[in-house]
Amino acid sequence: MKTFPIGGVHPSDNKKWSNTKQTEVLALPDVVNIPLGQHIGAPATAKVAKGDKVLTGQLIAEATGFMSANIHSPISGTVTAVDMQPNGQGLRQMMVTIKREGDEWMPEIDRSAEIKRECNLESAEIIAKIKDAGIVGMGGATFPTHVKLSIPNGCKAEYLIINGVECEPYLTSDHRTMLERGEELLIGVEILKKALNVEKAVIGIENNKPDAIEHLQRLAKEKKFAVKIEPLKVQYPQGGEKQLIAAITGRQVPPPPGLPIHVGAVVCNASTTVAIYEAVQKNKPLIERVVTITGQQMKEPRNLLTRMGTPISTLIEMAGGLPEGDVKVVNGGPMMGRAMVNLDSPVTKGCSGVTVFAGQAARRVEADTCIKCAKCVSACPMGLEPYLIFRLAHKQMWDRVEDEQITNCIECGCCQYSCPAGLPLLDFVRLSKQTVMGIIRARAAANAPQK
Amino acid sequence: MANKILVAPAPHVHSPQSTQSLMRDVLVALIPALAVSTMVYGLDVLKVTAIAVISCILVEYLVQRFLLGGKATISNLSAVVTGVLLAFNLPSNIPWWIIVIGAVVAIGVGKMTFGGLGRNPFNPALVGRVFLLIAYPVQMTSFPQPTMNGYVDALSGATPLAAVKAAAAKADGAISLANVDLLNMFSGAMPGSLGEIAAMALLVGGIYLLWRKVITWHIPVSILCTMAAFAFVVALAQGGDTALLYELPAFHLVAGGAMLGAIFMATDYVTSPMTGKGMIIYGIGIGAITMIIRLWGAYPEGMSFAILLMNSVTPLIDKYVKPKRFGITSKK
Repeated sequence: MKTFPIGGVHPSDNKKWSNTKQTEVLALPDVVNIPLGQHIGAPATAKVAKGDKVLTGQLIAEATGFMSANIHSPISGTVTAVDMQPNGQGLRQMMVTIKREGDEWMPEIDRSAEIKRECNLESAEIIAKIKDAGIVGMGGATFPTHVKLSIPNGCKAEYLIINGVECEPYLTSDHRTMLERGEELLIGVEILKKALNVEKAVIGIENNKPDAIEHLQRLAKEKKFAVKIEPLKVQYPQGGEKQLIAAITGRQVPPPPGLPIHVGAVVCNASTTVAIYEAVQKNKPLIERVVTITGQQMKEPRNLLTRMGTPISTLIEMAGGLPEGDVKVVNGGPMMGRAMVNLDSPVTKGCSGVTVFAGQAARRVEADTCIKCAKCVSACPMGLEPYLIFRLAHKQMWDRVEDEQITNCIECGCCQYSCPAGLPLLDFVRLSKQTVMGIIRARAAANAPQK
Repeated sequence: MANKILVAPAPHVHSPQSTQSLMRDVLVALIPALAVSTMVYGLDVLKVTAIAVISCILVEYLVQRFLLGGKATISNLSAVVTGVLLAFNLPSNIPWWIIVIGAVVAIGVGKMTFGGLGRNPFNPALVGRVFLLIAYPVQMTSFPQPTMNGYVDALSGATPLAAVKAAAAKADGAISLANVDLLNMFSGAMPGSLGEIAAMALLVGGIYLLWRKVITWHIPVSILCTMAAFAFVVALAQGGDTALLYELPAFHLVAGGAMLGAIFMATDYVTSPMTGKGMIIYGIGIGAITMIIRLWGAYPEGMSFAILLMNSVTPLIDKYVKPKRFGITSKK
């Protein structure tokens, strides 16, 4: 079975809490907060003001430049505020607040259950529709999809890779989507193949989801979709973009500024592909998504089809509320998710799940001294030496850190996960990466005018 | 909600392995060898081991408490591992005070001088052993006879390595294994220090460590392969007896501290390299130096010296041998 070439760890996947739970539609929220920056790139520019009436699916903020994404209203109602509000990490950012009145959709959105396969649009038209719908990578990275699909000059896409790996422990939203919306997913793949003008399309799925693999294989065969379903070894971070490309094509994306397209690959998350189907075939913008609410101590883990902007606390209540005592609420999975301080913060486009830890599991292990066991070195999927970066970062030797290829780090957390001394390796690796990136940018800026 | 909300950067889960659990696994892996040794040499083995372990813990505790300060570190079990490994390098009839001196040198000088676990450049147990070997050569090299049934006493007190070396010296360097029973050596019936006599039991422990992902194959395999290859070439150069071509490599793998050194001593985390490639270079170095000392050096056994020598090369290896980087094909 295929896998990525270097490193990796095997955390317990803990998918059993929610992987058999059918996706349920969460009741519409009464008030939503929609952040204008919920994607990589420039925050969108608000197109509504306080007092405006909006319909479900109406554009409320427009992409600011190329690297940005449109944002649409997830409900119908009245805009009550456009101002700074705290996000999940407690940082203030611009949000549009909408108070719900009914649920009246934009008329051009096709809400029928009918599955529409035929698509006669040209590549540029498809990409334009995806841009209009505000689609971004829903696996967590939130990279604007239309940017990814716009192939730079001199590059050629050879592989379309659909990321159905979902290697983060606990999360099951992609899994449920592949099971429940398989045909839409496969049509989404057809649309993407057309948009990119590629022949080869592969859906990579980690082998702990045999039902999804089997279901998609059967669907592809029955309905004649030209796509390969590739089971992948259960190993974290199999779903890391660079790891997935290496596992499927054997090609390694060069370090930054290297991009997947430089090895001829475009990767798109499975849920995103379904959203692309809806955008292109049904004119439906990205206003809702499946969110897994899970955790070992949660009474009722669930997969919920949630409108964007719904407070995370609503999902927690749906899963039976927070357990007693100390808790850590993580937006995302346990390996890369971000711990939240503000549980009333909204669900956004990149929120594939909310994982709750309680008691001892909410705490970090106590840090000891490095015993040079080399586990971080063998765990690092990018072939870096986290222990060395950790040590150099303490001494602030940033030039040495740069020589150690720090910019290639994908912040997957394998090093810290595997460290028997419980050292906060990734904290310092991340600090090093940010510092070195700053140095590189400053150097580029200093060198630029000379030309 | 009366919850206390905790925050920390990712990752939010941690592997079940801790320093303490790794050390515990090493101790578990040493049990088969300890059992065989006790069968061969009797209860003296347990006495020596107990004295070594208690002295090591005590020295570490006292140095930490009165000289270094800071948190007590004995709970991570590394002093226990050092104690057992030190005991495994001693004859079972050694006086108790020599063991205590060994522990003081191993932990006090070999480890705590540098700041404790993780900072010592040399394997502490081997520092202790080599000190004792130089300071008390007589006590360190006279071994009692194994009492296992069926053992034919052909080597009379000297280890097989010493006996073969002495015989070769008399015969103008021609190596002969005529008086050696390889099978007995493999199962533990040969004179030697506590832990080195039972190649089979040590192998079982090694497999356990590999299975528990405490060590990787790189160091033990590269050491043992280098030693076997070295012995094969020596046998080839000597010519004549074709049986020697496979007997000599086998002899060197089961004799002396080969297994103990390759599986338990050279794999010490702190003093071995960080990358797979580096570990292989380190292992080849240990294997080659061991064989050079065994064949042409003043001592019959060279494993301890070889490991200590390569320990000193480890920082250099780590500086120049880098792991294979993702996405970088050629570096200019």
